[in-house]
This record gives sequence, C-alpha cells and structure tokens, in this order.
Amino acid sequence: MSTSVWLIPAFPLAGALLNMVFGRFTGHRAHWIAVPAVGASFVTACTVFARVARGETFTGPLFSWIVAGDFEAPATVHVDALSAVMLLAVTGVGFLIHLYSAGYMHGDPGFARYFAYLNLFLFSMTMLVLAGNFLVLYVFWEAVGLCSYLLIGFWYTRKSASDAGKKAFIVNRVGDFGFGLGVMWLWTALGTLEYREVFASVGNLAPPTATAIALLLFMGACGKSAQLPLHTWLPDAMEGPTPVSALIHAATMVTAGVYMVARSHALFERSGTALEVVAWVGVATAVFAATVGLIQPDIKRVLAYSTVSQLGYMFAAVGLGAYAAGIFHLVTHAFFKALLFLGAGSVIHGMQGEQDLRKMGGLAPRMMTTTITMTIGGIGLAGVPWITAGFFSKEEILSAALGGRRYVILALLLLGAALTTFYTFRLLFLAFFTDPRMSREVARHVHESPAVMTVPLVALAVLTLVTGWVVGIPSDKGTTVFARFLAPVFPVHEGHHGGALLLVLSFLVVGIGIAAAVSLYKLGPVRADAVSQPRTPLHALLLNAWYFDKLYDRVIVRPLYALSVFSAQAIDLGVIDGIVNGLGRAVVAWAGAFRHLQTGYIVNYALTMLAGAVVIVGFLLAR
Amino acid sequence: MTPIPAPPVLLSALTPVLVILAAGALVLLLDLVPPRDTKQHLGGLALGGFVASLLASVWFWDADLRAFRDMIALDNFALFFNLVIGYAGALVVLLSMDYVRRTGAETGEYYALVLFAGSGMMLLGSATDLIVVFLSLELMSLSLYVLAGLFKTRLDSGEASMKYFLLGAFASSFLLYGIALVYGATGSTNFDKVAAALAGKAPDGLVVVGLGLMLVGFGFKLSSVPFHMWAPDVYQGAPTTVTAFIATGSKAAAFAAVIRLLFSALRSMQPDWTVLLWGVAALTMTVGNVVAIAQSNLKRMLAYSSVAHVGYMLVGLVAGGASGAGAVLFYLLAYTFTTAGTFGVISLCGRTSGDESVDVRDYAGLARRHPLLAFVLSLFLLSLIGIPPLAGFVGKFYLFGAAVRGGYLWLVVIGVLNSAIAAYYYLRVIVYMYMREPEEAIPAGLVPSFAGGLALAISIVGIVLLGVMPAPFANLAVAAVAPLLK
Repeated sequence: MSTSVWLIPAFPLAGALLNMVFGRFTGHRAHWIAVPAVGASFVTACTVFARVARGETFTGPLFSWIVAGDFEAPATVHVDALSAVMLLAVTGVGFLIHLYSAGYMHGDPGFARYFAYLNLFLFSMTMLVLAGNFLVLYVFWEAVGLCSYLLIGFWYTRKSASDAGKKAFIVNRVGDFGFGLGVMWLWTALGTLEYREVFASVGNLAPPTATAIALLLFMGACGKSAQLPLHTWLPDAMEGPTPVSALIHAATMVTAGVYMVARSHALFERSGTALEVVAWVGVATAVFAATVGLIQPDIKRVLAYSTVSQLGYMFAAVGLGAYAAGIFHLVTHAFFKALLFLGAGSVIHGMQGEQDLRKMGGLAPRMMTTTITMTIGGIGLAGVPWITAGFFSKEEILSAALGGRRYVILALLLLGAALTTFYTFRLLFLAFFTDPRMSREVARHVHESPAVMTVPLVALAVLTLVTGWVVGIPSDKGTTVFARFLAPVFPVHEGHHGGALLLVLSFLVVGIGIAAAVSLYKLGPVRADAVSQPRTPLHALLLNAWYFDKLYDRVIVRPLYALSVFSAQAIDLGVIDGIVNGLGRAVVAWAGAFRHLQTGYIVNYALTMLAGAVVIVGFLLAR
Repeated sequence: MTPIPAPPVLLSALTPVLVILAAGALVLLLDLVPPRDTKQHLGGLALGGFVASLLASVWFWDADLRAFRDMIALDNFALFFNLVIGYAGALVVLLSMDYVRRTGAETGEYYALVLFAGSGMMLLGSATDLIVVFLSLELMSLSLYVLAGLFKTRLDSGEASMKYFLLGAFASSFLLYGIALVYGATGSTNFDKVAAALAGKAPDGLVVVGLGLMLVGFGFKLSSVPFHMWAPDVYQGAPTTVTAFIATGSKAAAFAAVIRLLFSALRSMQPDWTVLLWGVAALTMTVGNVVAIAQSNLKRMLAYSSVAHVGYMLVGLVAGGASGAGAVLFYLLAYTFTTAGTFGVISLCGRTSGDESVDVRDYAGLARRHPLLAFVLSLFLLSLIGIPPLAGFVGKFYLFGAAVRGGYLWLVVIGVLNSAIAAYYYLRVIVYMYMREPEEAIPAGLVPSFAGGLALAISIVGIVLLGVMPAPFANLAVAAVAPLLK
C-alpha cells in the first residue's frame, strides 16, 4: 500500500518540477506533462480507494524529517476512508480542471508557469490530505496557501491581481498564526503530533485546554475556508484565472478547513464548546454570504460568495457532529461548484473576458452545452429536490439539525437555502435566459467553447446528477452509503431521518427562491441599469458585503500602516540601524587592526606560536 | 636458541590505508611509462584509489579491529574519518584533473602526493599510539608541504610551501616534546595504557605540560588561534585544489587525532582541556570571522573562514560527550562537502592564462556570465553561513545544541554572534556575483570539465542531503564516537 500512496503526490510534483525547470522548452506544450501527471495521480488514487474500500488502512512514515534531541518529527502519511474520499475528489476534480485549463489558458504567455503552479498545488493538496500528523498537515496547509497566492496573482502585471494575491496570503496568515499556535500547544500538552496518538490520548486534556487548542486550530480553518470574520480574501481571489477559482477556491483548498475539523473531531468533541462555536460560525457565514450573493453584478463574485456560504453549511454540519454529512456536502459541492465555475469560465471565454452579468443575457441558444451543464450545476447548488447530489447532501445537513432539535440553526439554514436558490436562478436567468444586453460587437463573437473545455463540464454535470442517487439515499435507518463508507472514521448515527417534513420544507424554500427570481428577472424585461444598483441602504450594505473590507481597512490596516511607517522611519532607521551600523563599523575597524598583526614574516608567526604555547602551558600549570 | 617471537600482524586493519598507498605507488610507476604527455589516466587511478578505499571502509563498518599491538584501531571512529577523508580526496582529485592541466602543473607526482597525504590522514584516524600519531601526521604534512609548492615557477606558491614547512616543523617539535613528556610521566605511548596510568589520581605537572604542548602541535594543524597565522598565506599561495585538501582532509585528520587523544587517552584530564578549549574556541571563532571581513582575496577570506569553522567545531569538543563529539564529526562531514565545493568553484573560475580569479571583484557579474556556477557557489556560501535547509545549518544546530545541553551557554552566544558576523563576508561574494557589474571584460573559458562538474554535483547533493535528511548521518556520527566513550 505504501508504494502506491507516495505515487499520488509524486506524479504532480514531478510534473511541477519538469515544467518549472524546463518551462522554456515545454512552453505551450506544458499540458502534455501536467494533465497526464494528474491523471496518473487520479488512477493511483482510485486503486488506493479500492483497497481502502476493502478495509485496508495505512499509517506510516515516509521519512524521518527532523530529529533534534528528544524531538522527532517523522513525515507520516495516514490513509483511511476519509483520506481516500478526499484523494478521489481532489485528484478527480483536479484532473478535469487541468484538462479544462489546457483549453482555457491556451495561448497565455505563462502557460508552463501556470501548469507548474497548478501541479504544485495538486501535490500540496494531496499531501495535506495524506498527512498523518499535524506537523505535515501544517506544512502543506501553508503550501496550498502559497500555491493559492501564486495562482491568484498569476497575472501579476495587473495590480488588482497581485493585490488580491497578497490579501489572500495575509488574511490566511492571520488564521494560520492561530493554527500554528494550536499545533504547538498540542505538542506541549500531549508530546506528540501523530493523529492516532493525539486522538487516542485526547481524553488526557482538560476540557478548557481542549477548547483553546481546538479554537486555535479552527482559527486556521476560518482563514483557509473563508469563514467569518476571515472571509474577505475569497471574493477578491477571483482575480485569478477561472479554472484556479474552480479548483482551489471552490472545490479543494478552501474545503481543507472542513476536512481538518472533521479529521480532528475527537479533539473538538472533547471540548464541546469548540464544536458549538464551529456550528454557529458556519451558520452565520452561510446566511451572511448568501445575502451578499443576492446582488453581486459579477458572475464570479456571485459564485465566490456562494462558495463562502456553502462552506458555512459544511462547518454547520461538522459543528453539529454530522461529520459524514459535512464531508458528503464537501464532495458534492466540489462537483457542482467546480462545474459552475468552469461554466462561468466558458461564458467568460465565449464573451471575450466579460464577467458582468448586466452585459450578458440570451446566451442559451449560442452555448447549448454550457447552458445545460451550468443549469444542472445551479440546480445542484440550489438543492432542488431529487434531481442532483446537492439536494441529498444538503438534506443530510438539515436532517442533522432537525435530529439534534436545533431549530434555530435549522431555520437559519433554511433561510440560507432560500437565498441560495434565488441568487442561483438570478445568475442563470441573467446569463442565459433573458434578452441579450451585450454590445453588437461582442454578440457577434459569442461562441461555444472547444471540446477540451466542454468535456469536463459534461463529466462534472454527470457526477452532479448521479452521485446523490448512488451514495446519497438514506436507508431505513437514516444512514447513507457515503456515511457507512466513512463509518471507520466517523461513528454512524442511526435513527430518525427528517423524511417527509424536510422534503416539504425543501420544496417550500426552493419554490420561494425560484418564484422570487422568476418574478424579478424573467417575467418582465431586465433593465441593465437597474441590476446591482445601490438604491436603498440595504442594497448598499449587501453590495459592499456588509462593509467588512471598509471596517478592516479603518480599524486594522490603516492604524497598523501608520504604526509601521513610524517604526520604519523613527525606530528602525534611527535607533536600530544606528546601532547595527555602528556595530558593523566597529567590527570592520577591528578587522582592519587585526589584519596588521599578519605581517607575513615567519619569525613573527613563530613568535606568536611560542607566545601561545607559553600562555597555554602556563595556564594549565596555574590551574 | 629460542626464536624471536614475531609480532602479530593483522594487515587487514590497514586495508583502507594500504589501498591508497598502493594506488600512490602505482601512480609513481605508471608515470614512467607512456603516454607521458597526459596525466589524465593517473588522475583516474588516484580517483580509483580513493573510491576503493571508501568501499573498503564501508565494508569494514562495525569490524572493530585492532592490530600491531594496539597501535592501530579500525573501529567505526576511524572508519567514519576514512569516509570523510576519502570523500575529500576523491573530490580533490576530480577537481584537479582539469585544474592542474590548465595551470600547467600536471605531473604524475601530484597525484601520488595527494594519495600519500590521504593515506597519512586516514592513518591518523586509526592511530591509537602517540608514535603512530606522530608518524602519520608527518606523512600527511610532508606530502602537503610539497604539494603547496607545486607551482614551481610562482613566487607565492613557493612562499606558501616554505612557510608551511618551517612553521609545521616548529609545531611538530612541540608535539614531539609533548609526547615525550607524556611518555615520561606514564611510561607508555599507547592510548589505553596512558589512560590507565592517569586514571584515578590528580595529574602531575609533567602530564599537564605534555597536554599543553601536544595541543599546541595539533592547534597548528587545526589552525586554531593563535597557531593559525600560516593559514592565509598557505591557502592563498598553494594551488587551489591543494588548498581544498588542506582545508578539508588535513583538518579532519587532525580532529580525528585530537578527539581520540582527548576522549580516550586523556579522558581523566577533561576538566583541564575543557577550560582551555573554551578559550581557544571563543578566540578562534572571533578572530577568524572578524579578520575574514577585511579580506578581499577570496582564498584568504576562506582561510580565515576555515579558522572560524574550526572554532565552531571546538565548541563541540568543549561540550563533550557523545552528542558533542558526534556533532563535531557531523560538522566535519558537512564542512568537507561545502568547503571542497567552494574551492572547487574557485578552481574552475581560473582564467585560461593560468592566473587565478581570487579577488572578490573578479566575481562581479558571474551570475550573468555563468548562472549555474554562480548559483552553485551561492549554495556553498549559504551553507557556510548556516542557512537552512543546507548542511551548514544542521551542523551548527547540532554543535550549539550539544553545547547548550552541556551548560556552555556563553560559548554558544559567542558562536551565534560570530555566525552573524560571518554572514557579512560570505554574502558579499553573492552580492558581487548577482548585483555588481564586472569591471572589465572577462574572458570566457568558464566551462567546467565533466570531472569538475561531477565533483560540484556530488558536493551539492551532499550539502542538500545533509541539510534535509540529517538524521541518518547524525546517527552515524554518534555511533562512530561510541567506541571512544566506552
């Protein structure tokens, strides 16, 4: 087992190195290396998955990484049902998006660099999932953040793109600071970072300690998975190429926080309080982001806020103890959200880079494949009953809230679901089904994307359609195939499943959402100048995402900047540089003086030696 | 008449040394037969000698042989040093193949002398008797004196050879005097017997003076302050490849002898030599680093840098114990790769005329002319500074870590401050390579030969491997010092 496991990250790493070192030669053929590398990784992941399905697990060191006295940090990998599911999702969706990128990025001068980064990301992400201890997790947690930064700022000549990259990195660092502290505290408290040992001995932690550690770890998850209050970077991250948004900022990296909390559920359960915090942060984010998504004019920003909101659902699920439901939603979300982003990319591609929904409309007849597949994705996101996997996974989350008698949470999640349905159908209507609003010049060139881009769309649409039916239907005891597969990691909760009541509620919220969207955008002609205009204070609030960015700018960024300027000019240049330069000058002067002792005469050298010998012997005798 | 009993001879304990000696003799013989115009094949033979010796050392790992009435030990300690010296020798030969031909100093005896010096170094690691220590030290030193003067037509080469020889002879006399005093006090020159004679009683004056005089002798070979003054002149004047060998092999060999002597024969005097070495280490680090700042000649700068590195390694001896001595061994391994590589790049940057590019200004704009060579040199310099994830960092980490555990906090503070000072002069070279324009048009001819490239590649792999996966090598080093501490 270990032999095939290390191949999964090794393929994309090799691909990344090849395209980095020989990028000049691979050039516009870079995808001939990058795409098969991920394909091979996916095939290997399938074999590993098959073996895990037969009940095998594997934990072992890849190599001994750091040894310092008693401290030893082996690079351990851990493969169980959870990592197998994650691996399959990451490499599978990753492969489709690599394929799509070959078409989308065609002709970009940084083609090889793009694929090198994308491969590097896939390497880091698979290692993150494979990690067998918190240290390796932390290292690759940072590594995926680095790849995210590199890819958001991929078009670095555009100031907005490089700014967005920096913002993503810095906001993530805030969360990772907590994450790092959590890992260190864990080591101090338990003396180990290996998953198995930590989770086995978590009972030795006092509940307050467990709470503190869990919340510090969750701080990292908030940054990585864009939860309140660290969500501000994700919408800006849409400056990156669209396939990157699909892969990193929808399907895989941003779900790392959910994965981490689910993986460490023993720790969070030991605390209890921490789990409660996770649930509430998730619910709050789910509703908050959905409200912001209602009104955004940019097709990718709508999807970005939708991602933040859906991640909130996942956190709500794991916070409620429904880990399998959270991971199930993670996987189905990876399918339909990647599909939506890639569809949006196809639209942008067909419209020569236009991202503004106000300037779209009437694309359906010109881009049939994109329209159909994106509609399927939208139905998945909205959770329209029975049709797609999105429904089944969202049902699992709502059912957990209902089963746990958490009616406030349930109500808020249902509200979020209604909002989700509204903005999803608003997006679909504005893009595809209303009258065209673009200029005649653009309209003439609208075209369907090439097969290399539509094939991944179709594949993801099929996955969105069938996954729910295959693994998502609850049995009589209320458990799904998916949950039973994860049973070795997460204990299965058998019992009441919402059934009829939830179904009625789902029909209701979806119906309300669709009805609202139809009445606003479908019944009458859409006036482009009326969409996304801040007509009321509420509009303005939503359009500005509740003024979070402005708040952070006023309260944190500007005071900090002022302090930095002060320290740089007064303290650093004046005091510190003065001392350092003074010391440096003193040492150099000293060096010059010493240098003159070196006369070049053998006699002097020999005399020095003799003097040294006298001193040494004298010292020893005097002792 | 009773026959004189033949002393027991166990030649197999000398295998790694004998292999090199045989290769040296063979080189001398083959030098007399055609082809006379090229010496490439002799270089290949010398390389084969070092590689065979390396293989033999690996073969004998854990053998723990003693021979010649306990005058020679082939334990893991000796074998570890065989590996270090064998690597150093092989790297030097690889670098020499191109260098000595380009500089017009290609002779058969060059390779023979490198091999003889190498055999002396290896023997020094195996010596468990003061007489053998002295003999092997002289075997090594005499070969190196001649090698330093290889450029017969160049004044500075002759100067280097002369200074090295005169001061070396002076230092040897101290060593020999010290040996005599220890023999007088204990009645033996054998390490184990000396240790037994000294055990359990306060050392008398004779032994104390003997210890001091022997440390003077070794201090010269190690180039510790104040016995370091030969180093810059010799490093500068000697052919660069020979400098590399002096900086790596001879230093490793001297450390082998010092560690074995102090940790086995003079173990009971540890309080005495620990205090002494504390001062020598602090002085050596500081003087080496501070004076290195004032140098613009790269070889002189590296001479002072090597003085400073000896200071760091002495910190490990002060710390003592398996962790301290093991850290010194690990550091020597890391230092050998790094220093051989650094001098290797310098030897490759020589101009076609035979004149060497040794001034820091000659390296201005190297990154533009030869990006790969500049990058490689940068890696070596960064390792010398001690930047992770390169070998130098891990080496310093182990040394200073052992000293902290031993309670020598102030020495570590001095060491860390020195590391900061050191960054200045190493980084200056990188600044020149990457950020300065060359002052004059630099002639081409910077294409490393295959052998030179191979040597650099081995060194790079070595420093990265030691930096990224230090654990197996550190364990090896600790296992190697274990027999001394029994």
